[in-house]
Amino acid sequence: MTPSLHLWLIPILPLVGAAINGLMGRRCSRHAVSGVAVAFSGAAFAMALWVASQISSLSLPHLELLSPWIRAGNFQADFAFFLDQLSLLMLLVVSGVGFLIHLYSIGYMWDDAGFSRFMSYLNLFMFFMLTLVLAGNYLLMFIGWEGVGLSSYLLIGFWFTKDSAASAGKKAFIVNRIGDFGFLIALFLLIKHFNTLNFAQLFEQIRPLQPEVAGAGLLTAIGLLLMVGAAGKSAQIPLYVWLPDAMEGPTPVSALIHAATMVTAGVYMVARSHLIFDRAPSALTVVAIIGTLTALFAATIGIAQTDIKKVLAYSTISQLGYMFMACGVAAYSAGVFHLMTHAFFKGLLFLAAGSVIHAVGGEQDMRRMGGLRKYIPWTFWTMTVATFAIAGFPPLAGFFSKDEILWKAYSSPHGSWVFWLIGVVTAFITSFYMFRLWFLTFFGEYRGAQPSSKAKLATEPAAHDSHAPDPHAHDNHGHGHGTPHESPMIMVLPLAILAVLSFVGGWVAIGGRFERFLAPVFDSGLTASVAESAAETGGSTETLLMGISIAAAVSGLFLAWFLYHRQPALPARIAASLGGVYTAVYNKYYVDDLYNTVFVKPLLKGSTTVLWHGVDQAAIDGTVNVAADSARHVSDSVRHMQSGNLRSYAGWVAAGAAAVIAYIIWAGVR
Amino acid sequence: MTQTIPQVADYIRILPELVLAFFGLVVMVLDPLLDDEGSRKTLGGIALLGALCGLGASLWMAQSPGLAFWNMVRVDSFSVFFHVLITAIVAVVILTSYEYMAVQRIRAGEYYGLILFGAVGMTLMSSAVELVLIFIALEISSISSYVLAGFRRREASSSESSLKYFLLGSFATAFFLYGVALMFGATGSTNITAISQALQAKGVPRLAYVAVALMFVGLGFKVASAPFHVWTPDVYEGAPAPIVALMSTGSKAAAFAVLLRVMFEINTPGRFWLIWVSAALSMTLGNLSALVQDNVKRLLAYSSIAHAGYLLVAFAAQPGPGISAAMFYTASYAAMNVGAFAVVSHFAGAEERYVTLADYAGLGRRSPLLAATLTIFLLSLIGIPITGGFFAKFYVFSAALKSGLVWLTLIGLLNSAIGAYYYLRIIVMMYMREPKGEITVRRIPASLGVALALSVLATLYLGVLPGRVLDFALRSATQLMQPHRAAITPAPTPPVGTM
Amino acid sequence: MPENYIVRYLPLLFHMLIAAVLAGGMVVLSYFVGYRRPTRAKMSPYECGMTPVGDARGRFSVKFYLVAMLFILFDVEAVFLYPWAVILRQLKMFGFYEMMVYIGIVLVGLFYVWKKGVLDWNQTSTRRGTI
Repeated sequence: MTPSLHLWLIPILPLVGAAINGLMGRRCSRHAVSGVAVAFSGAAFAMALWVASQISSLSLPHLELLSPWIRAGNFQADFAFFLDQLSLLMLLVVSGVGFLIHLYSIGYMWDDAGFSRFMSYLNLFMFFMLTLVLAGNYLLMFIGWEGVGLSSYLLIGFWFTKDSAASAGKKAFIVNRIGDFGFLIALFLLIKHFNTLNFAQLFEQIRPLQPEVAGAGLLTAIGLLLMVGAAGKSAQIPLYVWLPDAMEGPTPVSALIHAATMVTAGVYMVARSHLIFDRAPSALTVVAIIGTLTALFAATIGIAQTDIKKVLAYSTISQLGYMFMACGVAAYSAGVFHLMTHAFFKGLLFLAAGSVIHAVGGEQDMRRMGGLRKYIPWTFWTMTVATFAIAGFPPLAGFFSKDEILWKAYSSPHGSWVFWLIGVVTAFITSFYMFRLWFLTFFGEYRGAQPSSKAKLATEPAAHDSHAPDPHAHDNHGHGHGTPHESPMIMVLPLAILAVLSFVGGWVAIGGRFERFLAPVFDSGLTASVAESAAETGGSTETLLMGISIAAAVSGLFLAWFLYHRQPALPARIAASLGGVYTAVYNKYYVDDLYNTVFVKPLLKGSTTVLWHGVDQAAIDGTVNVAADSARHVSDSVRHMQSGNLRSYAGWVAAGAAAVIAYIIWAGVR
Repeated sequence: MTQTIPQVADYIRILPELVLAFFGLVVMVLDPLLDDEGSRKTLGGIALLGALCGLGASLWMAQSPGLAFWNMVRVDSFSVFFHVLITAIVAVVILTSYEYMAVQRIRAGEYYGLILFGAVGMTLMSSAVELVLIFIALEISSISSYVLAGFRRREASSSESSLKYFLLGSFATAFFLYGVALMFGATGSTNITAISQALQAKGVPRLAYVAVALMFVGLGFKVASAPFHVWTPDVYEGAPAPIVALMSTGSKAAAFAVLLRVMFEINTPGRFWLIWVSAALSMTLGNLSALVQDNVKRLLAYSSIAHAGYLLVAFAAQPGPGISAAMFYTASYAAMNVGAFAVVSHFAGAEERYVTLADYAGLGRRSPLLAATLTIFLLSLIGIPITGGFFAKFYVFSAALKSGLVWLTLIGLLNSAIGAYYYLRIIVMMYMREPKGEITVRRIPASLGVALALSVLATLYLGVLPGRVLDFALRSATQLMQPHRAAITPAPTPPVGTM
Repeated sequence: MPENYIVRYLPLLFHMLIAAVLAGGMVVLSYFVGYRRPTRAKMSPYECGMTPVGDARGRFSVKFYLVAMLFILFDVEAVFLYPWAVILRQLKMFGFYEMMVYIGIVLVGLFYVWKKGVLDWNQTSTRRGTI
């Protein structure tokens, strides 16, 4: 084995930070708390960079065994770390973006009463996420997987005194559990048939297997179950419902967990399991269909949202759909590429949105913003970069990755022009709603509370996200919330860095360099044919398709400009004329209500009547009571054996000995 | 005649025993020279130092595995495991005792000395491969325990405990000794390796069966398995709480080590049903009797019987997984039970006044830290995941299932469920009942804090990362199973008579 | 071999027979020949000089037991010197050192007992309060 990189330090560092802040943070000053949080997440990032600098001298994949963990028979799962190009990339994205968001959070959360708790949770999340991406087997990955779910739950419900935040946290957790159930069963199947969960051994066994072209076999089942897990974590149809609600959490959380890192864990998992999916074409198709549908579906909902964070939430779901679409056509590197660029520009979008919300004093409704570009130029310019990037304007990052996906969706042997078409339509919608957000927020006249109504504002809990447990903790910026104001430097700096990354992040793919970098990971059977058929389809088609997707982006910009800048009155009239369709979209197609009626309510009712009153109270409690009573009865009679009399004790021992000897003589004679 | 002079390596192989005995002697010499207060502090420190040196010596000893003193002692992974375990237990028990001695106003000298001498016996039991030496080691540890059980001299119950333990213990040891004699008669040797070879080569004489039965009676008494368990509740109730911790973990671990060697290394004939019945009886009787106990020490005594039963399940399983599971179980049981008794001994107060279940009412409010640690140990005793107790039970029952012992596993699982009831009763008492009367819970002193922290850490470590310990146990098990390759050194076994 | 085996034990049988005849003969003879005048004291069983009848709760000083126990302990330990002495020449210096260590341990015991005041017969309570 190559010399140890001490990979285990990378996840452990944030854990140490979390422990320090969690245990002692409340007694320390905010400066100390933020110092600890930033230092440990920064150290993890630095370590990741160092590892990245070492890879030329390593033979990847690099395995590192920290300590044995579970050994049962032949089965073993250890604390082992697995480093290849894919996990290295994830490592850099997670620790890098995570580090920036730690910085940002210091400014954003400074006045919150739970500052140290927040920082501790954030570090804890980093620990689990880094464990997830570095895990050397599915079981350790699952620990990270569950751990990020836990951190997400804690952070969504960070303002737990607020009812909606607490229930949003619960919703996220429960919906994720449904996905985890699929993931777990997939793991059980893997253990049963391959008797290992270690990536190295497992993939060694799977590599020689033939694709299950006709019908569905074991690998298809495993693939589909893994997809269920991925759909839960990455908010795909039908398990996407938790993500919009998750916006109840503080904005840095939305940026870090629910845009840049955690929600992409599903994509990472599918990419990591690509050997399984490669050999299960039908599962692959399901992934592509789910991804494509989610992309379109979420984008349409995004049009009608008025809450700035909700728009971004649906946009995230939609972009994740793109990534799954890419994975579903076996273009994993395109999916991972989009994952990376998305982490930059969506993280930036959320942070900028947080800065906007911060500026206007906790307002999230875009209808009460407008004209903000004069007040918050930094935020405006960085957000502009991000918006153009997500809309797919060249030469920004989003253009390269999205175009790569669309091209692969068209040209891959697993792809089809249908995927491409829906993808382009979605790109158009994406461009439209993002520029809608842009125009509504930054252009026109400021529609929010005027400085004159300062008195009214002061009576409201003027928190950043309008729901802090302690209103006094928030309203001490010195300059009030009457006029929108720029955020402090420590928040602007991450914005600027991410803006640069959103701008140039896509250039790494020029000339296919990105794909070649990841090629060793995905080099197994089918991906090769993706590249081949791409070459066959030819360069002219590629140029044409690229032109179409740029046209879609530009027309989205134009339409948004026309509707929300030129003719601001028009959208309302259009909405009115659309009637039912608009209402349906506005209400997110009533999916939440549907789930409520079909699953939640019957479950609650069934639990109450059958499980609680029937099974629990009558059957189980009854049985237990009877059993306990009879056990006490027996026990009562047994205690008479214990007379306290020495001679009777000796008698018992002697009797036992006699029995033992009698038996053994009988056994020996026989 | 070169064989008669022991080499340096021989001494290294009994170094922990030498170190412990040396420190015991130091305690004995210093004791008459110090007054009460001084003896408590100084001698406690020396005893702790001795236990830690013993631990260090065990690790040093691990570097030179092999036979020593004319094949009477064998150092292998197995004995190293138990040496480390027992010295660690002794260290924690000594830490627990500091405060206890002061509160109970017990003179410390002989107490610490006896603990160290007892430890000599216990450690020697795990490395001796010669039945007569095992017997001597057993007696060293037992006699220390007899005396220690009576150390609360002002209490009648403690004297009763000591006397009962002594009389019944001697009674049981006689069985063991008789078994050894018969085994010698059957095979012509008292060396475990030689016995094993003789039984394999010449077939099993009838006498050997009886010998096994008698040895099983003697060891069964020491590990408190049914039907030789009757002494346990009375003795545990009267003995000082830290000593109960030592008896129920250290002595027990040592006795189990002997039982493992005797049963598996000799590959004892006819053991299966003996163990089966004894395991089932111990689990059932222990758990059922514990249900109605109101005295926490008594309750834990019955729980200890039940746990001996779970452990015996591993003995009925196939040797490979069985031995390692049993070793893991002793380790994790030691961690949680020493911890539990540490809490009990702190809470009991002067003259061990507060030991009934009712006294524990409302402890969760009065001393959250104490209650929380006790809860961890109780959850581990139940076998809730992320505690050592979970993996201990898991490995034992999976070993049993692998060996096809479906019924025994079923009995074990049912018993675990029953067991959960009385452990939970304590937890319910601590957290959900209003405190009755005024019981002042003293501050947790540093020594006890360290002891509790160590126990909690060990319990959780075994529950979260069982891999390392289990790995070691598995390796020891394989070594134990093929001793003949390792043990047959060119040196001929001298005739038994000359020893 | 069987004949031999039993024949070897024949003297033992004779020994036992002679012992039985002798003892029985004496008792029988004294019954016939002896002159009996029973008194209360004469009829009571013989118990090594102690009064066989009386209150069983008679009190002794605990020191008797302590001294007796200590005597036995040191006695047995000293007896160990005899077999050692027999093979001392074979054991050479090793045996010598071993015995020094052994005696050292015994002396520690003696020191302990001494300092604890157990050997001090006149003291009403032991010096350090407890043993």
